[in-house]
Amino acid sequence: MGGLNAAAVAKIEEICGRYKDENTPLMMILSDIQNEYGYIPLEVQEIVSKQTGISVAEIYGVVTFYSFFSLTPKGKFVIGCCLGTACYVKGAQQVIDKFSEELGIKPGETTDDGMFTLDALRCIGACGIAPAVSINGKVYPKMTASQVREVIAQQYLIAEKEGITA
Amino acid sequence: MINSVEKLNEYSAACTKCLEDKLAGADDKRHIVLCGGTGCLSNNSAEIRKRFEEVLEEKGVSDRATVNQVGCFGFCSQGPFVKIYPEDTLYRLVKLEDVEEIVESDIIGGQVVERLLYEDPVTGEKVSKQDDINFYKKQRRVALHGCGVINPENIDEAMGMGAFQGLKRALSMTQQQVIDEVLASGLRGRGGAGFPSGRKWQFALNSQSDVKYVVCNGDEGDPGAFMDRSILEGNPLAVIEGMMIAGYAIGAQNGYFYVRAEYPIAVKRLRIAIDQARKMGLLGKNILGTGFSFDCHLRLGAGAFVCGEETALLNSIEGKRGMPRPRPPFPAVKGLWGQPTIINNVETLACVPTILREGADYFSSVGTEKSKGTKVFALGGKVNNVGLVEVPMGTTLRELIFDIGGGIPNGKKFKAIQTGGPSGGCLTEEFLDEPIDFDNLVAKGSMMGSGGAIVMDEDNCMVDVAKFYMSFICDESCGKCSPCRIGTKRMLEILTRITEGKGTMQDLDDLEELSRTVKANSLCALGQTAANPVNSTLAHFRDEYIAHIVDKKCPAHVCKNLMEYHIDPDKCIGCGMCHRGCPVDCIQKTDYIAPGHKMTSLAIDSTKCIKCGSCITVCRFGAIEKR
Repeated sequence: MGGLNAAAVAKIEEICGRYKDENTPLMMILSDIQNEYGYIPLEVQEIVSKQTGISVAEIYGVVTFYSFFSLTPKGKFVIGCCLGTACYVKGAQQVIDKFSEELGIKPGETTDDGMFTLDALRCIGACGIAPAVSINGKVYPKMTASQVREVIAQQYLIAEKEGITA
Repeated sequence: MINSVEKLNEYSAACTKCLEDKLAGADDKRHIVLCGGTGCLSNNSAEIRKRFEEVLEEKGVSDRATVNQVGCFGFCSQGPFVKIYPEDTLYRLVKLEDVEEIVESDIIGGQVVERLLYEDPVTGEKVSKQDDINFYKKQRRVALHGCGVINPENIDEAMGMGAFQGLKRALSMTQQQVIDEVLASGLRGRGGAGFPSGRKWQFALNSQSDVKYVVCNGDEGDPGAFMDRSILEGNPLAVIEGMMIAGYAIGAQNGYFYVRAEYPIAVKRLRIAIDQARKMGLLGKNILGTGFSFDCHLRLGAGAFVCGEETALLNSIEGKRGMPRPRPPFPAVKGLWGQPTIINNVETLACVPTILREGADYFSSVGTEKSKGTKVFALGGKVNNVGLVEVPMGTTLRELIFDIGGGIPNGKKFKAIQTGGPSGGCLTEEFLDEPIDFDNLVAKGSMMGSGGAIVMDEDNCMVDVAKFYMSFICDESCGKCSPCRIGTKRMLEILTRITEGKGTMQDLDDLEELSRTVKANSLCALGQTAANPVNSTLAHFRDEYIAHIVDKKCPAHVCKNLMEYHIDPDKCIGCGMCHRGCPVDCIQKTDYIAPGHKMTSLAIDSTKCIKCGSCITVCRFGAIEKR
């Protein structure tokens, strides 16, 4: 676990400690780590294993089972295209295809510069404004393929404004 | 601390008066409430709320009105909503820049802002009150009790709407009496299968153990269903109370909520409600001085659809991969951590306080012979009024889609409605007058499911829809049993082949055989129902499958390999918008000028076209068509 600094190790140990009174808290620990760091690499799983006594194999099994947990870091902008049924019947597939084409990545992948991750989401419950796209939590309503380029350009503007670099 | 029945009565009476005064304007104030559901929040409802506070302050009238956020109004396609009490005026599609006008005209001047009222699409009349809108007329709110009225982050408002009155009555009864009451109400599980809730509770009561659990299944995975989320966002205390009543009935001391991580607002509000109830002594030891102790805990999902299956959900709480367990033993005998456990869906538990508060007859007086009460549907897809709808069981599909849903947009023709999500089936026009209840939907080849109701019109390809659901199931199959893991993959491959124009008639027989195998041999309901969308589309739309296979045509022009974009030279004015938006540069000028036009029309080179559809979305003259 050479890649982790002392502060990160301490943080992960602290997260594990939060739930020591809970029965079978593995999912809660992993959720907190995912929220904190955006991914759960093997080095981190090893620390969780030491803290909880659960084998790394079992933890790895859980991390890879649930789509919310990721082994690799996500991009600065996570573009989530809702592919719930309500969005799908209103053309969400064309929207995600267009994002895929413009960014040159498949759903689930991150661009080489680390700026964008494209995710296919299962119903974010914004069915009234379908097709919906959620980027870092902000929801873009009634998306069409022709708006995709503009929305990507907007993210670059946001990145510039907030000093986010790849 | 509310530690006795007397104190609860006293406190509730004060809260009820406070809420009633507020809704009736007896406190000489105007009350502005905004929808705080996920749909409206993503349309700026939180900023609009802030703006109201600012404008009231600026105009010096902040003592004349309050601003509050409530749960989902249900009519998502017309959000964000702003409602003003006591007049009960409902403004829809409100934007930030409308706030000043509402304050000046309505709050200060007492004049309704006409342009923001809902307009009946048929009569063109402006409607100022929620209950007069067709979308709400046929609805009856039991599970959604309090949603859109109370502030879900304020326990006092929930108490004003009768919170804990059901629990109070339950605690005055024996455990068996509570279960008998639930049995008498006819309540059946709202998560999909429709198993009588009282019977499930009876099994758990009969199981001998000192430790038992109640689990609330809030892992609402059906893509297109969001009723559980709205209930948790709109009145979380109702679900907590339902869980407590269930806990008392079976002899459990602890309850676990399992909620999707994709629902951050619901999680936050549930957390607040649990905290508030604990602080008031309504959760914890010796509740209301009756000796009954119960506490609630919250666990989050992590994006696995299969965790909606009850045994997979239990594994997930136990920190394992969310894979189903073989049954028996059923959870009521051996569930969470090996102890007797009942698992009820959010909407089911939300109905329980009303049953105990108002009595079983109140609930069972609504509905059909075998399906009592109401059901919440998430109406979506190709329907004018998208949103959350609670109707009595027995309402017909036609009433749901056309009276409440306002019919199909853009004058298109209704094709089918999918109920039950990826586990359900589609129902065509011939079934529109069928009453909705658990058994009738199954008899007609679909199912109730959790309440997703997706309307499809003539522009939807049913083979593509079947493929969509199959790819969802294939993705979400946990991989434990091979019929589901391999069977769904093979079915998806066949469906993909057909939509690409490479299918054969043999494929249809293979699909049918595979679906029988997967249904009969899968471990859990996910696999057992996986083929339902294929079966029902094959039953009702076999001709569409054949068109894909034999004629190599997609009648709805959805499947890319089987359709082409074409420019009508007589409609094209040659503006070039489509040409500029084309990513592969396949649209070029021709030498034809249509009569009355000044520029030459354009044409698509179909050998280069990637069928992305950019051109058709930018053309303002309707010149581009699919063939």
